[in-house]
Amino acid sequence: MESINYQNFRIEAENICVDYNGKVALYDANLRLKPGQICGLVGMNGAGKTTFFNALTGFVNISKGKIRINGESLRSAQKDQTIAYVPQSEGIDSQFPINVWDVVMMGRYGSMNIFRCPRESDVQAVKDAIERVDLTDHLSTPIGNLSGGQRKRTFLARAIAQRASILLLDEPFAGVDIRTEKLISELFIQFKNEGKTILLSTHDMIHVREFCDLVLLINKTVVAYGETSEVFTPENITTTFGGISPDFLFGPES
Amino acid sequence: MELCSFLTLDSFVTDPLTHGFMRKALLMSSLVAAVCGFLSSYLTLKGWALMGDAVSHSVMPGVVVAYALGLPFSLGAFIFGVGSVALIGFIKQKSRVKEDTVIGLVFTGFFALGIVLVSKIKSNIDLHSILFGSPLGISLSDVKQTIFISLLVVILLSIFRKDLMLYCFDPRHAKTVGINVFFLHYLLLTCLSLAAVVGLQSVGIILVVAMLITPGATAYLLTDEFDNMTIISVLSAIISSLIGIYISFWFDLETGGSIVLAQTFIFLFAFLFAPRYGIFKLKKFFAGYK
Repeated sequence: MESINYQNFRIEAENICVDYNGKVALYDANLRLKPGQICGLVGMNGAGKTTFFNALTGFVNISKGKIRINGESLRSAQKDQTIAYVPQSEGIDSQFPINVWDVVMMGRYGSMNIFRCPRESDVQAVKDAIERVDLTDHLSTPIGNLSGGQRKRTFLARAIAQRASILLLDEPFAGVDIRTEKLISELFIQFKNEGKTILLSTHDMIHVREFCDLVLLINKTVVAYGETSEVFTPENITTTFGGISPDFLFGPES
Repeated sequence: MELCSFLTLDSFVTDPLTHGFMRKALLMSSLVAAVCGFLSSYLTLKGWALMGDAVSHSVMPGVVVAYALGLPFSLGAFIFGVGSVALIGFIKQKSRVKEDTVIGLVFTGFFALGIVLVSKIKSNIDLHSILFGSPLGISLSDVKQTIFISLLVVILLSIFRKDLMLYCFDPRHAKTVGINVFFLHYLLLTCLSLAAVVGLQSVGIILVVAMLITPGATAYLLTDEFDNMTIISVLSAIISSLIGIYISFWFDLETGGSIVLAQTFIFLFAFLFAPRYGIFKLKKFFAGYK
């Protein structure tokens, strides 16, 4: 009965648990996302957001549960370049000696030969991706010389160049300028129309209301999951953030 | 006598070349330096300096046991090098002791075992040449081994150059697009052990870590492009080896120490005068104050 549904879902995570050397980081977490859906992942620091991403990318092994991507195993999703991960700014070494072009080209590595020699189609994909994030003037700029927003766009371009149908974004709006924020939100709408599935973690409640069809509130496990309008209530948010009132989070007017 | 003869730069360079052992030392040390310099870019970017120190010290008992059993010393060194890393990983996972502490205690333990073994196993092992290197007294079989290992490491690094760069930069992305991160991790470790083995002939076990990190650190201050960093790292390593050997020949100094000191001076030069990242940002200086 379950297997019939697999065809309809891009991401299916069922009762997944992750522990690091016996320390539980995430337990009994469930998530189902369809093509064209944007889902916000909301929780405190240490609530397991990054762990959730790590599990979905296969960077950590799940100790229990099941992950299916397009109805298939994570391993074959990796081989098919289905999932792209856009790291949060602190997750990468910004002083690494590499330029914008080479970072975006890394999005093509998985589909290249063993020497990672770019074919013409790879070069084109990288060009297009860089154009979409408006960084054509910075092709050979080292990432260390970019602003936070430009660096964020570089990694977004890498995900675009990868042609992934699932995008996982860790804090895409943290520390970016207004221009980048606007560009990212426009891209989200385009991605949605292209049928891509997006899971993004954020601290900013306003962004959740603005972009996300669905919201997943987590605190080591799923606190609430569903349509943003139904699930994103002050009560649920209070539970997610361990009893801190939503007044404190939103300001008194909300 | 010697002081007179290098009044001309020409004889300073050519006189040592009349000795067979010097030609061999210069060639072999340049090869070893190139290999270590190549790897150095990856180690410094990955933050594996302490790991390099650990592996290079841990090969000591392997070298001693291999010599005693008449096996190629590189084999013994390789087994103990990789073994030390496995042991570090195991202890870290199974105890609450912090990683840098575990690394420190494992490699000193291995190193101590090596020293004890040398004193116990009666053979023609020269402790001094293991500890401090002996590029001037390298034997023919060692030459063959060194060339073989060096070529192996260079080929491996060349094939997986881009994957290793990605692994150092963003292992999570590598994993996400189906690249075998586990393999790359152990590939880098293997190359590290092998490079430590060839490097110790030039400068000895105690200083070989310098060969593995200083050229990369120097290059990191001079460029923002990964490929350039590798080239600069290799060149600075080779130049240091040549300078070190010449200096040690003319002034009768310890060769390994001279090579590493030459590397350190090149690093200090970059540290002070690198166009962009040096203390006296020369680029800005020449561009005038805006």
